[in-house]
Formats: sequence, C-alpha cells, structure tokens
Amino acid sequence: MASTSTASAEADAAGAGRTAARIPGPVETAIQQKLIEAFEPVLLRVYNDSSKHAHHSAMRAQGGGNGETHFAIHLVSPTFKGKTVIARHRLVNALLAEEFNEKGLHALSLRLKTPEEWEKEGGGEMR
Amino acid sequence: MFARTGLKTLAVHKNPLVVFMKGSPEAPQCGFSRAVCQILDVQGVPREKIVSYNCLEDQELRSAIKEYSEWPTIPQVYIKGEFVGGCDIILGMHQSGELENLLIKEGLAPPLPGDEPAAKA
Repeated sequence: MASTSTASAEADAAGAGRTAARIPGPVETAIQQKLIEAFEPVLLRVYNDSSKHAHHSAMRAQGGGNGETHFAIHLVSPTFKGKTVIARHRLVNALLAEEFNEKGLHALSLRLKTPEEWEKEGGGEMR
Repeated sequence: MFARTGLKTLAVHKNPLVVFMKGSPEAPQCGFSRAVCQILDVQGVPREKIVSYNCLEDQELRSAIKEYSEWPTIPQVYIKGEFVGGCDIILGMHQSGELENLLIKEGLAPPLPGDEPAAKA
C-alpha cells in the first residue's frame, strides 16, 4: 500500500498529539515544500510508491534505492491554466531537478489539474 | 556525448515512432515502459513500426536522450520527430482518444475498422 502525506495532515497529527503513522523522508519533504511554494495548490497529494518499484532492475542495481525513488503526485493549481499537459509536467520536473539529479529521485507519476478541471471531475481524490 | 545525441536526434527524425525505454517491447524491464508498449499494442500499432532503444543497456544514451528532450525520465515516446511524452501523458492521451487520432493521422495505426470486429478491444 502506498503511503501518503500532506503538510496539513502532518501538522494536524503533530498538533493533536496523535502518533504520526509515518515520517516523510527528506526527498518527500522537499517535494512537498517546493510544490506548495511554487504552485499554491488547491490539492496536493504526494504518494511514496518507492516500495512498489524496489525490485526493478534499475533499483536493484542501487541496492533497492533509498526508499525515496518513486512518487505519485496529484496536484491541483491555478498555475496550470492554459498550459498543455506536457508543459505542466515540465514545470514540475524542472522544479524537482535537484531531486532528480542529486537526491536519487527516479520516477514521478503526475496528475496535474487546474481547479476547474478538478471540480468538473467531482473535486475528490484523484486515485 | 554530442555525437551520440546527434545520432539519436537523427534516429528520432528518421523513424516515425521511436520509444526510449527500459528493456524491449517484448521484455520491458519497468512498469512504465511496459505500460507504454501495451498502449501502443492496444492501439493496433504493428510491432515493426516501433523503433525502440533500451536505455538500460546504454547509460550514455539514457543521459543523452534526457538531455535532448529536457525530460528527466524514461520511457520517452517520439512521433515524427516530436517528443510526445512519457507514460502518464501517453496514458492520458490514450484515454482521451488523442493518441488514437495522432497514430492514425501519422499512419502508425490502422484507421478505425468500422464494421470489422475489433481484434483488440
């Protein structure tokens, strides 16, 4: 099962003194922070899917990877208005260039919508 | 590096459908690469129309193609010299019908069979 986190969910968990089920790693934390700053998201979900891919040949070559290699990102932001899907992907990829080049990030699965598109689809979770 | 990048640029422009992937269409070595090949298969693209490069066998090629497209991940699909996208985008275009239109327009997939029963639903 993939794990998920949001900045607000973490804050809630910490604030309410509940036990956080999982502490996001440095790459996931950086992804969250960068996306929040750059896109002012209406919805942001970052799912760490790394464990699903740890057995793949490229990851085996790295000893299974560092546990922060594969993420799915669901992001709703007005920034995407008027941009093609490929342009939206390029924005996110460019923002996370450091993670790709230096921090072992290997793959992203992206769902990037404008608030209007998201509402049209019901405005719920995207998986 | 530049020589190699040039070579692949040529490959991308010489062949109407080029897939840079991990493994081969017969034996993909990554779920995203497999998904792209399966989508092309479902779309009715004949195997012989797909020119594929295995980036796992060639790290230099893998870096070169990422640099060429300014796209950080594999697989990458090129149609008529244009970078179309990776797995997410190909899947999205498959679902919206956009990919079918593009493949038919470029002569890579057979036109809709109409009254013939579909071989692959």
